[in-house]
Amino acid sequence: MAQTRIHVPARAAAGEIVELRAMVSHPMETGFRIDESGNNVPMHIVTDFACSFEGEEIFRARLQPGIAANPYLSFYARATRSGTFRFDWVDADGSVYSQSGAIIVEG
Amino acid sequence: MAGAAALLAGVAAPRLALADKATAGAVIRGEFGDRPRQRGRIAIDLPKLAETGNSVPLKIAVDSPMTDADHVRRVMVVAEENPRPRVIDAYFTPASGRAAFSTRIRLNGDQRVLVFAEMSDGSLWTEETEVRVTVGACEPPMITFGRSR
Repeated sequence: MAQTRIHVPARAAAGEIVELRAMVSHPMETGFRIDESGNNVPMHIVTDFACSFEGEEIFRARLQPGIAANPYLSFYARATRSGTFRFDWVDADGSVYSQSGAIIVEG
Repeated sequence: MAGAAALLAGVAAPRLALADKATAGAVIRGEFGDRPRQRGRIAIDLPKLAETGNSVPLKIAVDSPMTDADHVRRVMVVAEENPRPRVIDAYFTPASGRAAFSTRIRLNGDQRVLVFAEMSDGSLWTEETEVRVTVGACEPPMITFGRSR
């Protein structure tokens, strides 16, 4: 099971643009690598990432083998009200990894 | 002769490099056809020299107000010399607030990295940067073989 790690600021002012960070532990096997016994290691990647706030899409990405192992993404969101950011990763093997983080918006 | 040809086919680094460029071109044509594109609005932050191609920090920021009427819809990154040149497609909404993201990418040797930004008005913008990579992300034998390092 892949481990996920996120960063959501605990507090923000209304209208502030905040940085969000997300990482998942994953080999992101390219399919081009050859193991010690000379066999091709099959491709195995996380294909999709999405971040939403209370059901509204904030940012998403379609990943390829050209993304380094343990895919890291940082991006932004406009903080408008208190609520929860949800982060989802979709593995090519069908697994979905999710994590959520709350923010309190003042003023 | 057949033996020599087979041997040459085995030493495929230059041929592979050409194939990669063709693939990058095909990806871009397939995605955008011959839609007009303008240079600018995109800032690419990628090291000029990377010790290893396994994990190279990349930051992209597109100049946009990110309003409902005027925002960046998508950013696509293409690394010309990678065996699969398309690296990432990042999608934004007005709720993103800022059209920028960071990640870490793999680079198979020295190359040009191309970035495309599609705006909500349908306009297409592009920018590019060159990067030198001491040790490529694709390990031996097939890709780095034949490179004099």
